[in-house]
Amino acid sequence: MSSGGATGMSSPKTPPTALRGPGAPAAYLFITGNPNSGKTTLFNALTGLRAKVGNYPGVTVERKEGRMQGAGEGRQVTVLDLPGTYSLSPHSPDEQVARDALFHRIPEVPAPAVVAVVADASNLQRNLYLATQIIELGHPTVVVLNMMDVARKNGIEVDASALEAALGVPVIPVVASSGEGVPAFKRAVNDIIQGRRSAVGARSFCEPSAPFAAEAQAVAAGIPQPVTPQHSLAEALLLLSDDRFLESSAGHYPESIREAIRAARRRLEESGVDWRSAVIESRYQAIAAIQQNVTREATPPGHTFSDRLDRVLTHKVWGLLVFVAVLAAIFQSIFTLAQVPMEGLEHGVSWLGQHVEAWMPPGALRNLLVDGVIAGVGAVVVFLPQICLLFLFLGLLEDSGYMARAAFLMDRLMTKVGLHGKSFIPMLSSFACAIPGIMATRTIENQRDRLATILIAPLMSCSARLPVYTVLIAACIPDRELWGGLRAPGLVMLGMYGLGIAAALGMAWLFKNTLLRGPTPMLIMELPPYRRPMARTVLRHVWDRARLFLTQAGTIILLINILLWFLVSYPHNQDTRTRFEARRAAVQAVPPTATAPEAAAARAAELARIDAEEKGEVLRSSFAGRLGRAIEPLIAPLGFDWRIGIAIVSSFAAREVFVSTLSQVYDVGDEDDPAEGGNKLAGVMRLEKRPDGSPMFTTLLGVSLMVFYVFALQCVSTIAVVRRETASWKWPLFQWFYMGALAWGFSFVVWQGGRLLGWQ
Amino acid sequence: MTATLQPLTALQAGQKAVVADLTLPPEARGRLQELGLVVGTPVELVRYALLNDPLEIRFRGYNLSLRRHEAEQIYVQPIP
Ligand SMILES: Nc1nc2c(ncn2[C@@H]2O[C@H](COP(=O)(O)OP(=O)(O)OP(=O)(O)O)[C@@H](O)[C@H]2O)c(=O)[nH]1
Ligand SMILES: [Mg+2]
Repeated sequence: MSSGGATGMSSPKTPPTALRGPGAPAAYLFITGNPNSGKTTLFNALTGLRAKVGNYPGVTVERKEGRMQGAGEGRQVTVLDLPGTYSLSPHSPDEQVARDALFHRIPEVPAPAVVAVVADASNLQRNLYLATQIIELGHPTVVVLNMMDVARKNGIEVDASALEAALGVPVIPVVASSGEGVPAFKRAVNDIIQGRRSAVGARSFCEPSAPFAAEAQAVAAGIPQPVTPQHSLAEALLLLSDDRFLESSAGHYPESIREAIRAARRRLEESGVDWRSAVIESRYQAIAAIQQNVTREATPPGHTFSDRLDRVLTHKVWGLLVFVAVLAAIFQSIFTLAQVPMEGLEHGVSWLGQHVEAWMPPGALRNLLVDGVIAGVGAVVVFLPQICLLFLFLGLLEDSGYMARAAFLMDRLMTKVGLHGKSFIPMLSSFACAIPGIMATRTIENQRDRLATILIAPLMSCSARLPVYTVLIAACIPDRELWGGLRAPGLVMLGMYGLGIAAALGMAWLFKNTLLRGPTPMLIMELPPYRRPMARTVLRHVWDRARLFLTQAGTIILLINILLWFLVSYPHNQDTRTRFEARRAAVQAVPPTATAPEAAAARAAELARIDAEEKGEVLRSSFAGRLGRAIEPLIAPLGFDWRIGIAIVSSFAAREVFVSTLSQVYDVGDEDDPAEGGNKLAGVMRLEKRPDGSPMFTTLLGVSLMVFYVFALQCVSTIAVVRRETASWKWPLFQWFYMGALAWGFSFVVWQGGRLLGWQ
Repeated sequence: MTATLQPLTALQAGQKAVVADLTLPPEARGRLQELGLVVGTPVELVRYALLNDPLEIRFRGYNLSLRRHEAEQIYVQPIP
C-alpha cells in the first residue's frame, strides 16, 4: 500500500486544523459509482471541464482530475473522476482503476477527503450495492442520488432523507445533467472537508452467519495496513468472500494473510457455508429492505418509451436492418452533406493562395507559403466539414444509448470470431479514431480478448482516412448512378468501410484461433434506457474534435508540410535550370511573325509545357523524388509510381498528409480554380498521365490505393497508444507489420487481378 | 419444487420467473450476483436476439444482456 499523502492515515473525522486553512494542500473528492450513473456529467458540472460523456457503460476508462469551481473557504478541492464499477471486485482494467483509487493503491493519488458515490435513483438497488460497499470502507462518503428526473418520470419517488437515515451518510439528490442539486452537493462537500458534517458511515450492510463473522474477525486482525483502520472488518469480509478482490491485489497482502484466508474458506466450506454467495446475498437483502422503505412507486411500472423503442431497434430482424441502414445513412450523408461547405473552404484556400502569390515578391519564401503551407495544409483543412459530421453522428449514437444495442445485435457475429459484443463498441468508436477505440478496450475483461480487439481496431476506417478516400474517389471514380439512386462514389466509400470491418472481423478470428487462442468470453452487459441526446454534450464534443483537427493541421501537419516542401523543392540543379532556360529562350526568340491570336496562344502553351516539364524534372531529382524512386520497385506491383510513393512515405505519421503531399507533388497551389467545382486536387489528378500517356488515376488505381489505405497502419499516435496500453513494443510493431503486409497483399491482388481481367 | 425448475432459456419472451439456482462457474456467477441476480430475485425475459442468442432480461429495474450459454445455467421457477 502506498502512503496516502499528508491526510492519508489521519482520522478522517477530525482532520487537524492545520489542514483546513487556505494554505492546505488540495483536498481530493473522488467520484465513483456504477457505470453510466452520471459520474462524468457530475464531474463536468463541478469542474467546468468537458470530459467525455455518453449513454453506455464504460465511457470513462481512466481517472481524470479537475479543480472544483467555486470551492469555498480557501481550500482547493481536486475532483477525481473514475471509471464506473459494479463492485469492489474488479473484472476489467477500468474497474481496477476505480478500486485501486479507493484503496490508496495509485501512488499519485492521495487518500480522499470525500468519496462521492453517484447512484442512479431510477435503478436504486444495484447502485446501492456498490454504495454500501464503499460506505463500509470508512472514507467520508456522500451518496449522490443522480437522475432524479428519470426516476420521477418513471413514477418512482425517492425519499432522500429516509435514505440518508438508512445509510448513515449524507444523501444529496441531484440532476447532474441540468445542474439541479449541484450547489447543495458542493456545500455538503465543503462542510465535510471543514469538519462541520460527519460523513463516515458506521453501519454494516451485510450480516453474515456467526461462523463467517468469526472468521472475518480473525482475518481483520491480521491485516497489516487496513485502508481505514477502524474499518478493517469490511476489508476482511471482502478478502474472505471475493476471489477476484484477492487475485487482483497481488503484492498488497502478505502471504500469511493469504494462507489464513484459504484456511478460513476451507473451514467455511466444510461447515457448508457458501462463502462466495453469503455476503452478496445478505447485502442484497439489506438493500432491498432499504429500497422498499425509501421509495414509493406512484404509478405501477409500465412500459417506458425506451421499452417500446427497443421492440423495433433490437428486434430480431428489424433491429439488424435498422443497424445496417443507420451506418449506411451516416456514411452516405457525410459524403453528401459535407459537399457544399467543403467547396466553400476550398474556394477560401484558393483565394488565399492567389492573393499571397499576388502580394509577395517571387522567391523561395513565396513558394514555401503558397505551395507548401497554403496548398498543403489547406488540402487537409477542407475536410473539416466531413470530420464534424462524422463526430456529430457518432456522438448521437453514443449519447442516445444505441451503442449498447449495437453491441447486443452484433454479439452473435462477434462470437463467431471469438470475441463478444462489447468488443464492438471499441470498433464503432474507431470509426472516429482508433485511439479512443483502443482506450475503450479497457472495459474488456479478458487480456487476450482485449489484445485481439486492440490489434484489429485500426482496421476500422477512421476519420483520417476520409480525406484520402474522398480525394481518390473524386479523382478516380466516375460519378455514375448505379441502381435506385445509389451513386458510385457513395457506394465505393461504403465499400471501403465495409472492407475495413470485414478485415477486422477476419483478423480477430485469426488471432483468436492462433496467437491469442482462448475461449469465447462471456457477455454480461447492461442495456441502459434510451435518452434524448443532449445537444450541449454532442455539440461540445464535435467542437472539441474540430478544434483538435485544426490544431493538428496548424502544428504537426504544418510542420510536415514545410519539411515536405523542402524535400520536394531541393536540391536545385543548376544544369536543369540552364537547360530549361535555354529552351524557353528558344521559344521566345522566334520572332512573332504575325499578331495572329493562334500563334500567341500556341507559344504560351509551349511555354507552359516547358514549365511543367521543368517542374517534373525538379521534383524527380529532389530529395523526395529520389526517395520515391528508391521505393518505387516495392510499390510498382501495386500500380503506384514514385510520386504516390512520396505520398505514402510522408503520410506515415498521419494519413491526412497523403492529400497534402499530392497537393504539393502535383503543384495544386499554382493551379487556377477548377471551373466545374468539386475537389481541386482531384481535378488536377484527373489530368495526370503515366509516361506512356495513359491516364494515371484510373478507377483501378484508385481502388488499389484506397485498399492500401484501408489496411496500412499509417498513424504514429495509434502506435504510441498501443505501446502504452500493452506496455511493450512487441504488439505495436507486430501490428504495424501485419497491417502493412495486408495492405501490400490486398493492393497487389486488386491491381494485378484487375489488370488480368482487363479493367482500367 | 425442484422438479419445476427450468433454465432461464426455457422462458418465452415476456415471461416472468424467480431465480432459484445459479450453476455457473464462480467468476460468472459472482458477477451476476453482484449485479443483483441472486437467488430469489424476480426476473423477466425481455427478448431473444436473432437465433435466440444473446438474450435480454430485466430484474431489479434494469435490463441486462447475456448469452444463451450462461443463461442455460441459471435456473428459475416460472411465475404463472
Ligand atoms: N436524464 C438525466 N440524464 C443524465 C443525468 N446525469 C447523466 N445523465 C446522462 O447519463 C449518461 C451517462 O452519463 P456519464 O456522465 O457519461 O456517466 P458515467 O457514470 O461517467 O459513465 P461511465 O464513464 O461509462 O462509467 C449520459 O447520457 C448523460 O447525459 C441526469 O441527472 N439526468
Ligand atoms: Mg464517465
